[in-house]
Amino acid sequence: MLKEKGILFDETLCVGCGSCYQACKEKNNLPATNKDFLKDHLSDKTFTVVEQYDKKYARKLCMHCTEPSCVSVCLVGAFTKSATGAVLYDADKCIGCRYCMQACPHKIPRYEWGTTQPRVRKCNMCSELVKAGKLTACSEACPTEATLFGDLNQITAIAKKRLSENPKKYYQKIYGLEEAGGGNVLVIASVPFEELGYTPLLPKEPMPAFTMRAMEKIPPVVAVGGVFLSGMYWLTKRKNQLALEEKNHVKEIKRHEA
Amino acid sequence: MKPNEILKPTFWKVVSVIIVTAGLYSTFLRFSQGLGATTNLYDTAPWGLWIGFDFLGVGLAAAGFTIAATVHIFNLHKYEPLVRPAILTAFIGYSLVVCLLVVDLGRPENFWHPLVMWNIHSVMFEITWCIICYTTVLTLEFAPVVLEKFKLKAPIKILKKISIPVVIAGVLFSTLHQSSFGSLYLIVPGRLHPLWYSSLLPVHFFISCIAAGLSMIIFESYQVSRAFNEEKGFKNPGLKMEILSGAAFAVYIVLIAGFLLKIFDFISNGKLIYLTIASTETYLFLLEIILGTIVPIALLSYKKFRIDKKWLYIISICVISGLILNRLNVSVTGLAASSGVNYFPSFDEVSITMMLVVLAMFAFRVVVNYFPVFVEEEVHNIALDKKIQLTHIK
Repeated sequence: MLKEKGILFDETLCVGCGSCYQACKEKNNLPATNKDFLKDHLSDKTFTVVEQYDKKYARKLCMHCTEPSCVSVCLVGAFTKSATGAVLYDADKCIGCRYCMQACPHKIPRYEWGTTQPRVRKCNMCSELVKAGKLTACSEACPTEATLFGDLNQITAIAKKRLSENPKKYYQKIYGLEEAGGGNVLVIASVPFEELGYTPLLPKEPMPAFTMRAMEKIPPVVAVGGVFLSGMYWLTKRKNQLALEEKNHVKEIKRHEA
Repeated sequence: MKPNEILKPTFWKVVSVIIVTAGLYSTFLRFSQGLGATTNLYDTAPWGLWIGFDFLGVGLAAAGFTIAATVHIFNLHKYEPLVRPAILTAFIGYSLVVCLLVVDLGRPENFWHPLVMWNIHSVMFEITWCIICYTTVLTLEFAPVVLEKFKLKAPIKILKKISIPVVIAGVLFSTLHQSSFGSLYLIVPGRLHPLWYSSLLPVHFFISCIAAGLSMIIFESYQVSRAFNEEKGFKNPGLKMEILSGAAFAVYIVLIAGFLLKIFDFISNGKLIYLTIASTETYLFLLEIILGTIVPIALLSYKKFRIDKKWLYIISICVISGLILNRLNVSVTGLAASSGVNYFPSFDEVSITMMLVVLAMFAFRVVVNYFPVFVEEEVHNIALDKKIQLTHIK
């Protein structure tokens, strides 16, 4: 059994060379989309980007949540969380409702709007490579180890160690550890994460919990509703019938009296 | 009608033909070129006019289950004349919604996947199944009308026997998916504007659909009494004020309940502060609440407005507009700020939607023309009641 893997992105080590961007494009056979990779954005042809904020660089990619919204909302189960931690998409199942795109707290999934056979596209944490025991293309390509790939518990330990050893260098938080219930992609940086374009104020609870609180009320609603409606039907019918009998009874008495 | 009469051009006929032609062309483009070329949808705004329209279509078709429950479950038989129009409206409304959903799906050829590929944790999955089941229920509920026309008595008898369980199932399926349209957005607390986001969204959706569904019946009765009058050979299309006033009173009660819940929601979640922030969302929210809730409540609290057909018509339009605004606000405008793009529907999105609306209205007319939709009472119930009466006299 494979151990759960993860990616650690350390903003302080990133030099903005774009190797991860290029490697991702090559590995996934994606066409070039922008001459200046720093100005590119996520799309159906770009699964990861390097964004520039002054002299700092921030990578954006699927966060591979522990309890992913996309997995929870997809009505046909086209999304799955694999044993390696990667959130995978099966285009053969997808019907194209795009609820995954609406629901993702990190706004990651992209759609092939231009075709008549569209797929949802996003990073799959190089699932085939990882299963073969290799690194993801982006971490393999990174010259400065700003993108680090490894067992999830190991990279979490590394992130914590870096934070505690250099409290002045790092903003004391690991982004992705608790956001939306946490995931397999972690980010550490020298500044607060909203300054680097990461979605702020995400709840610590996994997003599917918000839906489940309503969904779990369905069985009781059905049971109570069914009993209530059947009861009301029986009661009101009985009431009408009694009223009718009463009426007839009165009529009959009157007839007798007459 | 004679053929030459049908072909005689009138203003509305010409407009309808233009809309349907444009819609068919847009449909052709949408299926031959894909969503990107024909819609203004975007990666961060993946749902647009079509989904918004599905929302309000389902909301306005809610009269189907409310009236069926009133008459068949609560045995309030004076509302019986409203049952068939309501069920027909619901049936046509749901057919429209399903058509629009298929147009909106990226892979329409895979529309059958939810039947065999299940994810029971998905709200969308629950809605899909509820809509499938409820459309079946509506078919069963409306089937007697068609069967009567062709004098097929045996199947009507079977349908009568199962009618109560069918109505109960219909009410349950409706309750579930009407509220679940609100549940769809529970997972996007960071995206949907806080004026609309609430853990009570499913309850808000359920309550508002009842008020709007009943208003839809009032609105329709008024329209129908004008369009299908006795001069044109229709028997019972006139306005039954007593019935409509009763329905209006129900709207009044439901609107108050919904309004109180909204106030509770705003106070307990500390959302009142958002009302003081001047923004497009605040204005739209205020418009929705004032037009769709406060004005109708104020008017309905006077008996003289409740028994006046013109005022009832105006009130019903207010409530319906309120629901339309609410559903579009939740599904489109309430998400606009967080999507970072200004979504506005494209020509093709609008023209396909308009085509389906025109076709739905046409279908309603055709069915009403050929089938006994406007009747005093359900014919077979009279026969049954008489039987009961007879046995009791004996």
